[in-house]
Amino acid sequence: MLHERIPDLAKYVEPDRVRKEVYTDPAIFELEMERIHERVWVYCGHVSQVPKTGDYLTVQIGRQPMVMVRAKDGKVNVLYNRCPHRGAMVCGDHRGNSGEFFRCSYHAWTFEHDGRLRNIPMMESGYTGTRWGRDNPDCGMKRAARVENYRGFVFASLAADGPTLSEFLGRSKVAFDDICDRSPEGEVEAVPNCFRVIQKGNWKIFLENQLDALHPSVTHQSTGRAAREVELAIEKKTGKAPLAYHMLSAFATVTIDKWDAFQTLNYPYGHCILTGYMGLRPQDPDTLEYERVLAKAYGEKRKEEILSTNIHHVLIYPGLSVQSPLQQLRAVRPLGPDRTLTEIWHFRLKGAPEPIYRRALAYYNLVNSPSTMINADDLENFWRCQQGLTSQGGDWVSFHRHHGRDIDRGDYLETGANMGTSEAPMRNQMKAWAQFMTAEK
Amino acid sequence: MARKILKKSAAKKVAAKRSAAGKVVARASNGQGSQHAVEQFLYRQAEILDAKRWQDYIDLFTDDAMYWMPPEPSHTTWDGMPAIFAEDKNLMNVRMRRVMHPDAWSQRPLWGTNHVVGNVIIEKEAANGDVMVRSRFHMLEVRRDDVRHFAGRYLHHLKKTKDGYRIKLQRVDMTNAQAAYDYVLQVWV
Repeated sequence: MLHERIPDLAKYVEPDRVRKEVYTDPAIFELEMERIHERVWVYCGHVSQVPKTGDYLTVQIGRQPMVMVRAKDGKVNVLYNRCPHRGAMVCGDHRGNSGEFFRCSYHAWTFEHDGRLRNIPMMESGYTGTRWGRDNPDCGMKRAARVENYRGFVFASLAADGPTLSEFLGRSKVAFDDICDRSPEGEVEAVPNCFRVIQKGNWKIFLENQLDALHPSVTHQSTGRAAREVELAIEKKTGKAPLAYHMLSAFATVTIDKWDAFQTLNYPYGHCILTGYMGLRPQDPDTLEYERVLAKAYGEKRKEEILSTNIHHVLIYPGLSVQSPLQQLRAVRPLGPDRTLTEIWHFRLKGAPEPIYRRALAYYNLVNSPSTMINADDLENFWRCQQGLTSQGGDWVSFHRHHGRDIDRGDYLETGANMGTSEAPMRNQMKAWAQFMTAEK
Repeated sequence: MARKILKKSAAKKVAAKRSAAGKVVARASNGQGSQHAVEQFLYRQAEILDAKRWQDYIDLFTDDAMYWMPPEPSHTTWDGMPAIFAEDKNLMNVRMRRVMHPDAWSQRPLWGTNHVVGNVIIEKEAANGDVMVRSRFHMLEVRRDDVRHFAGRYLHHLKKTKDGYRIKLQRVDMTNAQAAYDYVLQVWV
């Protein structure tokens, strides 16, 4: 039916512009859930969030309520959070521990952590001779078709076929390598706190904003300037302001021409990278101590390689925005065409000195918490876009900035010199979108 | 008209008497007196916040103060912990300057808050007059066409100064701290 209503989806996306309905039409949203989010690899959580048997975390994949759980054998499974009896959700909390097995709150059906049925009350007397019983696989909690993890970051795909996680992530894997390699032990641990913020805009508007290098100096100038003023006042008084002020003032002091000096790299499946590093390698005693610890673990050469990884942001389509140098990520859960939930997590580098964690924490609290002085203005813009896109004042969204000047490197597109503010990442995302949406299966 | 003015000045006199009486009571019975003074302080803080008198609000805090909103009640410190707010006076200053900046886009739409503070319980009172006080709040916020409701507990560490109380620590445990935030918190709660 949807397919009849939207006969030629490909016509909604041109290389340099996109029809407004792509952001507003509920039918297109439903089709996106079916053909993108419920098909590709979607980030669920980190293994450290479910350390013990029975630990679980509930997560939405497309429209499907899922649960990620640690099983007795140590494996992390992802199941549909649904009892096969009457359809009740089995885990009602965001996170918790289910004990030795899952138990439905409605009629006490129980399930193993891999979804297999364990027991039904009155199994013999009530179900003998019916189609429902222990031998019917439909009596278990259904499993996600595929679950894989990369360096502890767990993804699930609800489609049996398709690229492997490694193939899907491709070069965007650098997000997780960069996070983990910065730990002298090569591992991270999720800090058990999730900030959940709802945006009143389409999920794609958020993703497109993440690598939009032109917006910070416009959208965030008020916060950048305010932070710069206070930063200067502190410097005048004490000689040095905490790094946290730089994290905020950079939004004003990094001018558009400096953003242009950065670069975007645009990969298959819609993944993109914005290079640039917010001066997070100062020569203070904390950093130098950290560098000593890293050199001891990896050797001088490898340490240099790790610390010179030139990444500001990695976008893993269709729902993960990673800031690897600061060990944090935002997972996108679309709630409807005009509502999007972001789940925001940060990670501790195992074995790294405490002050290095404090940097990630400062950014997490200042930029990514519900009191954020940065995203406050982003979310305002997302809302305005969503409102404007419903109007009859025009049919297209423009992604023309530096169009036609991207450099084709074979398996990826690179923006040209001094074109860091190019809208190449948006064009790349919409290209992937059109491919996903028009794929037969 | 003249009668009205007369009435007003009479009312003023009565109020002056009352406040003088209050002072006498404060001297006579320290506990009861600080209860009243502390309540007045908390009410005024709420009023200043609702009136968007940002500098006056910041001035209620001591120079080494902390405004802290933990994400969950089990937290015992902001130091090294995720926090919704963990702002010293410098960071509060950044926030104030941001919201007052003409290009703070999200400040453009009409918005306002209404705080009601109650259940004021003085937990501790030191010999020097410093108090630790617990209270509850309800806050209604209107932004554009959206209404949000926040509620929770305040814990104030108040320092007694010659200019009245100043806040050394304000801890805000919002009952909906863990709920999803439909949009963000632009200023202090």
